[in-house]
Amino acid sequence: MNPTEYFAASRLLIVAGKGGVGKTVVTAALARAASMAGRSSLVVEVEGKSGLPRMFGQATPEQSGLGYDEQLLRRGGGPDGSADITARTITPDGALLEYLEDHGLSRISKRLVTSGALDVVATAAPGIRDILVLGKVKQLQRAAVADVIVLDTPAAGHAITFLRSAKGLLDAVKVGPIYTQARDVLDLLEDHERCQVILVTLPEETPVNELVETAFSLEDQVGVGLGPVVVNGIYDDLDGLEADPAAAAEQAGVTLRPGEAEVLAEAADFRRHRIELQTGQVQRLSDLLPLPQVRLPFLFESEIGPAEVDALARSVLGAIEALDAEVQLGSPT
Amino acid sequence: MTAPALDELVRDRRIIVCGGSGGVGKTTTAAVLAMRAAEAGRRAVVVTIDPAKRLADALGLDGLTDEPSRVDGSWPGELWAMMLDTKSTFDALVGKHAADDAQLQRILANRFYKNISGALSGTQEYMAMEKLYELAEETDFDLIVVDTPPTRNALDFLDAPARLSRFLDHRLYRLMTASNRGVLRAVNVATQTFVRTVARVVGADVIDDAVAFFQAFDGMEEGFKRRAKRVQERLRDDDTAFVLVASPRRDTIDEATFFAEKLTEGGIAVRSLIVNRMHPRFDDGLAEATAQRADSLAGTDLGSLYRNLADFQLAASREEENLAGLADEVAPAPVVRVPFLRSDVHDLEGLRRIEAELFD
Repeated sequence: MNPTEYFAASRLLIVAGKGGVGKTVVTAALARAASMAGRSSLVVEVEGKSGLPRMFGQATPEQSGLGYDEQLLRRGGGPDGSADITARTITPDGALLEYLEDHGLSRISKRLVTSGALDVVATAAPGIRDILVLGKVKQLQRAAVADVIVLDTPAAGHAITFLRSAKGLLDAVKVGPIYTQARDVLDLLEDHERCQVILVTLPEETPVNELVETAFSLEDQVGVGLGPVVVNGIYDDLDGLEADPAAAAEQAGVTLRPGEAEVLAEAADFRRHRIELQTGQVQRLSDLLPLPQVRLPFLFESEIGPAEVDALARSVLGAIEALDAEVQLGSPT
Repeated sequence: MTAPALDELVRDRRIIVCGGSGGVGKTTTAAVLAMRAAEAGRRAVVVTIDPAKRLADALGLDGLTDEPSRVDGSWPGELWAMMLDTKSTFDALVGKHAADDAQLQRILANRFYKNISGALSGTQEYMAMEKLYELAEETDFDLIVVDTPPTRNALDFLDAPARLSRFLDHRLYRLMTASNRGVLRAVNVATQTFVRTVARVVGADVIDDAVAFFQAFDGMEEGFKRRAKRVQERLRDDDTAFVLVASPRRDTIDEATFFAEKLTEGGIAVRSLIVNRMHPRFDDGLAEATAQRADSLAGTDLGSLYRNLADFQLAASREEENLAGLADEVAPAPVVRVPFLRSDVHDLEGLRRIEAELFD
């Protein structure tokens, strides 16, 4: 389908996955893909520390994180007509302060946060931290600060706990502004037109198992719409890897150094073997989970800068173009 | 003086704590360390957090519970495995400190208390450390290996016992219960306003639960505090070794470096750094030169073979660059590199393949 339609206005993309699957890289690629499709995006991260500015060529080693205020990661415009990418952090404490101030409770807000009383309140009403963050995201979405909001979920916590917080809180808290907030957040999460969860995994056995489990729990327990699944880190296949190096050298009219044929064969064997494993896992994921897949290449250049993000974003765009419009629009399954 | 090798830690220490971010193979590494100890004739137990089912399968166990299960294997020592259950560990801890059964039951039934193990950040970390302490004090295992939750900030769990103590001894608690105890009449209108405002935000029920909990808990804070202090001392004991597990990806290395810095701040040294999933280095050629060769042979099979080799040369050299700063940070701790394995771990043989990479 047309990427510009995919990143249609008022969309919230929630990127989730276990640690180590490259969630932040995928977040950057999605934002950049939206920008290439002419849609402005706001990236929201929730841990106060992120490699995002570096991926957009913005950070110095001393100042690598994001702040509570919006920061421009990449200015749009130019010949390709791309749109702005901005980013910010939303932490529970920050969101609470803002929330209390917005609700005329600024008198106690500082005290509640600095006295650590938020810990007590958060224990009394589990999920309140997540709700504060999601509530703020909802507010930004409603204010239409950007065409697309891409939310990078906490790595350590489980996406399910984070996204289930609204439902859990509605059970614990029956009245008051937090109840309203949770209700609002739940409405947004359950609105498949406005909000999609993008699950990220690696083409390996345990990550695939965990992703499938997460996908079903999210549908059952939260009722969110699942967008395409991102399989990150797939080795590009190269033609000719099965060739015998000595024969290939003869064919090309090149003389190999002693031992070089063995090295080339060993390296080729390694890649072929990994590709075989990965293909098996990608296939298994397709069998277990009837969701379209966006497959992103493994980057041998592990220092991810603007060029790498651009390359990944183009892969995202290619995959979106190949999507069947009906499947991907998050129609309930 | 040279730092002890990983094998020495496994043979000599009483406790090994495996820390690091998620998805780096921490749990499997912990299991392999315990297995190594069993092979050295020791009685070892590994405590895992949220293990993949695959690990229990690999150990030949139906599942892992919060009681140690013995793993069958042809080693002179013993290998046991268990899973941390945050809630039951906390229940047991409350049981240790409760004055009588009535107090214990009041707390266990309280809704606020039931939320703590799931909702109060740092609780899982604390319970991992508590379980470790309990095993060290109350069992005669020669070696206890604990996996830790995928914590980004090491201080989260170094501090976790103290944080829970502070929480239980919280000012807000004193504020909330003061009016009921009647001893702190000076706690005045302002406080009541504060509590009422909190109640307005989250609902009065919620505050009532919290107050009931703190009342039920009254008198146990001291015991908790003393035990938390002993747990922390144990973590810093010479008999305890901290092993940092990472992968060579740039972002996980950054996290591991942050983690190591915080450990150092907390007065704990990393005794060994294990880096899983390293790309193999097939020769010592330079990626750039190989890539040029590949370009000049583009379109031929040999060109592809060179392109492929250049890819792995680049990956391996980037990984070493990523690793350099972290290796400095944890020096003189040895760095153990474990390459990508050809297949996933499904059985003890799989664990032995990792063992071979870790120790040979």
